[in-house]
Amino acid sequence: MSNFFVSSIGKKFVMSVTGMFLILFLIVHLTVNSMIIIDDTGALFNKAAHFMATNPIIKIIEPILAIGVILHILFASLITLQNQLKRDINYPGLRRYKKYDTCASTNWQSRNMYILGTVILTFLVIHLINFFWKIRYTGSPLLEQPTILSSEIKNVYALVTTRFTTWWYVLIYVIGAVALGLHLYHGVWSAFQTLGWSNRKWRKILNVIGVIISVILGGGFAFIPLFVFIKSII
Amino acid sequence: MKLTLKIWRQNSPKEKGAFKTYILDDASQDMTFLEMLDALNEKLIAENEDPVAFDHDCREGICGSCGMIINGRPHGPGKEITTCQLNMKAFKDGDTIVIEPWRAKPFPVIKDLIVDRSAFDKIMEAGGFINTDVGSAPEANTYPIKTHKAEEAFEAASCIGCGACVAACKNSSAMLFVAAKVSQYALLPQGKVESLQRAWNMIMKMDELGFGSCTNTGACEAECPKGISLAHIARLNNEFIKSGFNKLFADKH
Amino acid sequence: MIELNSKIPEGPLADKWTNHKNSLKLVSPANKKKIEIIVVGTGIAGASAAASLGELGYKVKSFCYQDSARRAHSVAAQGGINAAKNYRNDNDSDYRLFYDMIKGGDFRAREANVYRCAELSNNVIDQLTAQGVPFAREYGGTLATRSFGGVQVSRTFYAQGQTGQQVLLGTYASLKRQIAKGNVTMYPRRQMLDIVVKDGRAQGIICRNLLNGNIEKYSAHAVVLATGGYGTIYFLSTLAVNSSGSAAYTAYKKGAFLANPSFIQIHPTSIPQLNPYQSKLTLMSESLRNDGRVWVPKEKGDKRNPLDIPINERDYFLERRYPAYGNLVPRDVSSRAIKERCDAGYGVGSTGYAVYLDFSDAIKEQGIKAIKSKYGNLFDLYQKITGENPYEQPMKIYPAGHYTMGGLWVDYNLMTTIPGLFAIGEANFSDHGANRLGASSLLQGCTDGYFILPYTISDYLADKINIKPLSLDDPEFQKSEKEVMDRIDRLMNIKGKTTPLTFHKELGKIMWNYAGMVRNEQGLKQGLKEVSELEEQFYKDLKITGSKHNINQTLERALRVADSFEMARLILHDALNRKESCGAHFREEYQTEDGEPLRNDEEFMYVAAWEYTGEDKEPILHKEELKYEFVKPTQRSYK
Repeated sequence: MSNFFVSSIGKKFVMSVTGMFLILFLIVHLTVNSMIIIDDTGALFNKAAHFMATNPIIKIIEPILAIGVILHILFASLITLQNQLKRDINYPGLRRYKKYDTCASTNWQSRNMYILGTVILTFLVIHLINFFWKIRYTGSPLLEQPTILSSEIKNVYALVTTRFTTWWYVLIYVIGAVALGLHLYHGVWSAFQTLGWSNRKWRKILNVIGVIISVILGGGFAFIPLFVFIKSII
Repeated sequence: MKLTLKIWRQNSPKEKGAFKTYILDDASQDMTFLEMLDALNEKLIAENEDPVAFDHDCREGICGSCGMIINGRPHGPGKEITTCQLNMKAFKDGDTIVIEPWRAKPFPVIKDLIVDRSAFDKIMEAGGFINTDVGSAPEANTYPIKTHKAEEAFEAASCIGCGACVAACKNSSAMLFVAAKVSQYALLPQGKVESLQRAWNMIMKMDELGFGSCTNTGACEAECPKGISLAHIARLNNEFIKSGFNKLFADKH
Repeated sequence: MIELNSKIPEGPLADKWTNHKNSLKLVSPANKKKIEIIVVGTGIAGASAAASLGELGYKVKSFCYQDSARRAHSVAAQGGINAAKNYRNDNDSDYRLFYDMIKGGDFRAREANVYRCAELSNNVIDQLTAQGVPFAREYGGTLATRSFGGVQVSRTFYAQGQTGQQVLLGTYASLKRQIAKGNVTMYPRRQMLDIVVKDGRAQGIICRNLLNGNIEKYSAHAVVLATGGYGTIYFLSTLAVNSSGSAAYTAYKKGAFLANPSFIQIHPTSIPQLNPYQSKLTLMSESLRNDGRVWVPKEKGDKRNPLDIPINERDYFLERRYPAYGNLVPRDVSSRAIKERCDAGYGVGSTGYAVYLDFSDAIKEQGIKAIKSKYGNLFDLYQKITGENPYEQPMKIYPAGHYTMGGLWVDYNLMTTIPGLFAIGEANFSDHGANRLGASSLLQGCTDGYFILPYTISDYLADKINIKPLSLDDPEFQKSEKEVMDRIDRLMNIKGKTTPLTFHKELGKIMWNYAGMVRNEQGLKQGLKEVSELEEQFYKDLKITGSKHNINQTLERALRVADSFEMARLILHDALNRKESCGAHFREEYQTEDGEPLRNDEEFMYVAAWEYTGEDKEPILHKEELKYEFVKPTQRSYK
């Protein structure tokens, strides 16, 4: 079995399982975020954020999530690096004719999952520094603004809505969300394919599901900052 | 018609290669692609040059010998054809055609457009067969097989081992090739018995020989001259993962 | 003079093989390990033989000229493989399959060999199925069959139109299994150029390594040739372009007799030559004649679109001439009928050398889906090559050189006249007489390789267990090696102007014209003259560029073409000698009133085995009388 995770399919298995797990997390995350739109007093969102921060189950899942993210990134890097080495190098002087490309028969995002992943990772770091880190560790005056709820609950809503009044900050989020959408466009079906849970019929269905998930998650995460920003300027 | 051909010339595995440009004045749209190369070679011999070496044999798309990247695509433009089935009607007067060998680390160039595909044979030796001795076969109708399973197995079995899947793949993965064999036998009761171990052995060999991993781009399927589906790769993945879990959890595997 | 001893066992037909098997000597497992066998060629016969011999424990060396064993031209067989399973309850039996083959071969094959082939047919299907060959299935899950030419039962097992590929890959898989076990060593990209005979026994071969031009020597206790046929003698044929009879010819020059070389099957349904550049003709499986109807317009030179020609203005000439078998008459018969119509000016297509093979009735009756599932890939293949859609337009087809019934003379043990040299599959002559029945070449390849040779070869090897393989430094090896090198140098040093491809095309034209579907004395003599002239030209004007120490495909072809001239002359000789028409060999002088072949059993009921006597010398004819003990030869009638 130890060989399993060294093998090409074993590594992909890790990508697939962690990827699926991350999708589940994103769905929960987006559900929480959508409270920002539903309730403009912020109470609902703050309550949800408080619940997520204090719930013991979430506490347990959090490190698993972190490990998932790290594994996903590590294995992606490993696979990409190894795959890069399998090509071309044996042909001294051979330059590929760019004008023509085999890849015309495949879609762009499937060939550039690692680049899309890198964009998402960059975004994730920015995102964590600005929210997660502040809420959890360093704190921010915005978080202490009074809410209509009990004083125990931090005003995450204030932090979020204030952050999203800066246009370039919103832009970063939109780029991150689009990258995520494209990543999932290929990733969802690919995760099932790698586990072998696909055939001719399910490939079509999974592709549709993939598109739906990528539109909802990518679109959703792009929409919220835009919504806040637009609301702030009108 | 007049063609400009940019062809990869490399005298031996160790020597450096380069693209060389040839002008062929008297090509015809009635030729097949390989007949066009024959014509070029006739011309090169007349000019005391070494003709372009390329693998070819049956010239009807079934032996899998021929294969080159034509204008960036394995087996050239056209769907589900081999190089020998490519018609010159796909090109027009004045075209420039770029012709390269398969590009993949596990397929080193031997000469010009000929590459060494013996890695495929080695993968097959790792498990691309059913362990049955001559003389021990039961009556052929012993196992009934559903027609659609037989047909699915046939589709997988129609792989000609040309290597276009590897050449098309940005990772030089041989997954479609391995999947075709694993899937064929996994679908049939005769081959089912050792299916998991077969998947394991063939994939381990594939990895060892320097093929990349599958990232599900689907380039292999798009360029496969026999139109072998990615569904077979899904089946291979499934067999392999089961095999891995078996090794972890099963008492005897 | 060597006496031909066919070693056909005594006794009733059905017991011959069983009795013979029981009398064959065995080699013990411990001794098998000490014995080396060379198998040249990796088609179904070669691969199955190498695999079975390896499985038995012999040390096998397997050679092919392709980069992988999987590419041998058996891969291109389309239609199917016969077996007397009687799954359809249509009263099929070993005897009936045997009789169909004997009759199809126009009573020029050995009864005992053919019966053995039929008898083993069921084992072949069992074996292939066990190996995972995905034969077509009925809805209940049992094996499906279809009908084939020259037969009134449905006994052909198939995998769409790629049966050859599937059977070959089955044998290839068993070969791979033995390679993995270390019993077989594979030597791909080797062109065999000589056979080493010492003390009257075949003991090794000389090959050119196609990658680096090295001349390599290999020795063994026995050599098996599974090198296929020589149909490329016509240049344009359904064979792979690199196939040739070189190996068989090499054996002939070393003293093995070549039998019936003029028996060359012209396959009726090939895609016609479309242009002068063509390098190869593509077969359209005979199975298509199950549902396709062959016709030409009734009016000479009718250039209308076939769809516009009404039924009553079409001549379904096969159905008209042969009402009992209709479109399913044997290959030689339908080929000649097609040629006759075209020569008479009724042909269609741009050249007038094609007839229609029409599926519209079958599509009407069975629906497009049924036709697609039976022939889908053949139709696709046709469309890829011609650009016409056979679901809408009738196919255009014309005969093409396909299979050589003739080959190395072998006895009942499949051994040639050189002890220790065996020939199996298409390379030998034994089972198909003057015409091969469809779907029986895969069968013969498999029976020879899986079930016959492994038994008979042990009889030869039994007393060789204490003999070491010949040393590679033996003078005989060195002599052969030098001969091969001289031959290569001779060709390389001509430095003329004409390429081997051009010579091959010229030779092909001569052979197609004079020794094709229809032959006559004058033409054959003219052919002999022209071949000799061309050969003379070849050795004066050949041009090869590149190096002999590297991949050199021009040199490879030149070596094959050089052998082809001599092979061609032998074919013409044989055709001249056989003053009768039988099967694929049709002499204009000998025909019935309605243009059917007229056999002469009185004088020609024999296998013509030719002995090589030296360059520029006439070959010597040896006759093996064919004794028909169990069937009575009749005038073949498919009417």
